[in-house]
Amino acid sequence: MKGLHLSLNQTQRVRLDTALQELQSLAPAAASAAAVTVADTIPVNQEDNILKGHGTVDQDGEVVATLCGVVERVNKLVYVRTLQARYKPEVGDIIVGRVIEIAPKRWRLEINFSQDAVLMLSSMNLPDGIQRRRTAVDELNMRGIFVENDVICAEVRGFQHDGSLHLQARSEKYGKLERGQLLTVPPYLVKRKKQHFHHLMQYNVDLILGCNGFIWVGEHVVVGEKTKTTGDQQKSSTEAENFTPLETRKHICRLANAVRVLSALGFTLTVELIIETAEASASSNVEINDMLGAEFYVQTAEREAKRRADLLRKKNGAR
Amino acid sequence: MEYVNPLTGFRVDGRRPNEMRQLKGEVGVVARADGSALFEMGNTRVIAAVYGPREIQNRGQQVNSNEALVRCEYRMAEFSTGDRRRKPKGDRRSTEISLVIRQTMEASILTHLMPRSQIDIFVQVLQADGGTRSACINAATLALADAGIPMRDIVTSCSAGYLCSTPLLDLNYIEDSAGGPDVTVGILTKMDKVTLLQMDAKLPMDTFENVMELAIEGCKAIATYIREVLLENTKRLECQRG
Repeated sequence: MKGLHLSLNQTQRVRLDTALQELQSLAPAAASAAAVTVADTIPVNQEDNILKGHGTVDQDGEVVATLCGVVERVNKLVYVRTLQARYKPEVGDIIVGRVIEIAPKRWRLEINFSQDAVLMLSSMNLPDGIQRRRTAVDELNMRGIFVENDVICAEVRGFQHDGSLHLQARSEKYGKLERGQLLTVPPYLVKRKKQHFHHLMQYNVDLILGCNGFIWVGEHVVVGEKTKTTGDQQKSSTEAENFTPLETRKHICRLANAVRVLSALGFTLTVELIIETAEASASSNVEINDMLGAEFYVQTAEREAKRRADLLRKKNGAR
Repeated sequence: MEYVNPLTGFRVDGRRPNEMRQLKGEVGVVARADGSALFEMGNTRVIAAVYGPREIQNRGQQVNSNEALVRCEYRMAEFSTGDRRRKPKGDRRSTEISLVIRQTMEASILTHLMPRSQIDIFVQVLQADGGTRSACINAATLALADAGIPMRDIVTSCSAGYLCSTPLLDLNYIEDSAGGPDVTVGILTKMDKVTLLQMDAKLPMDTFENVMELAIEGCKAIATYIREVLLENTKRLECQRG
């Protein structure tokens, strides 16, 4: 989802250009000065022994970038932060992935990394919630938990010594995601935060911003509700559970389209910005399907330019 | 036929002997690819898409598990040439060019940083007017950089020929089919290393040096342009991200 296919008319094109130009002028000058491309020399002070981080190599005593991105300096460390690239996992990241294969005792997940991630049967809570050793019966019942093409939320556990990436889902909040939409955006648009699960109360919607650029927008589920239903209750409750009210579906679509527009414009995705965009579309009576049109695209760019200008002004005023 | 006008010194398409065709590069043209680029050299127009690094699909192809596997597929669109002709997928010419592009790109990709994964490069010629090989390599470089794949250096390629006792830079289709010597050079620009050198004719040593020199100059000019495109794209993304 790198861009939307838009046909802008003359005025819209001019407006978009002005908005993007403004965004460019608002960005700190240091940001564009630190941009490098492949094989650019990164200026460093040779006296203080620096550490070469990701995206750099040593060529004849010079530090040279191997990626396109922005140079970051942390004390002695110099590295290149990439923009457009695949996901780079870090331990503890919350991610959303899709099951592509069931292997002995494990599921393989596509998570936009250079290899498939592995979720072991032993590193997730069983549906009955009892802590015990996984038996051969559990292994046979793996399809009862997740099947191929299921969307799953999990946490990065770490790299095994053979280099494979392992995940874990040891909490009620992790697990299968149902009744919603999965959106894939470039991972650099999602910042690592304390909170990646968001319950948007006003919409009755759950929003999960996976660090790997997979974003889930779905109907809100109460944590631990599934385990309570037993026996006779189950039949009637599953019927009720399978039904998502129209209102909620509309909210899901609106939020999903907000994410689509923002990612096409390349803005960092935060909950606030997504909600703000969705609200703006609702308040200005933009139909859900029109949110992916040219007009709303331009409006969003303009709104963001204005928002950032206000922020900057506030910051300068505070000083 | 006069390929270089003896009076004015201009070529068939009005260029000077050491003049390149107009370059145009654009990244991010394929929505679902990790990296993609469109590259034009005059009327030659090539699109490249990079998928990966991703999980290896066919374990049998894996040579070394500590390095990424690079694969490349070159294809000419049916409508790309003057006579519209359906070409079989695995013909010798395209297999050879696929191999050439793969080897050239592999020389610059830091494959050891992406163990147990594969990188797929797909290049398709949309419009052929000579020098498709060079255009494909340039497009692939742009696409790989767009995909955020670590590379040693920018690889660029340019062709040069020798017609009417004049070294000519960046041959077009008419000059290419004249049957004279045609040298395709690919270099790592910053390290000044040659990764590709193809010539399908004989040339005296001193003339060859001149022609090769000219081609290298061309490569460097393309590299400057490619870096401009990439830097502009990086800056734009960073600014919009905020």
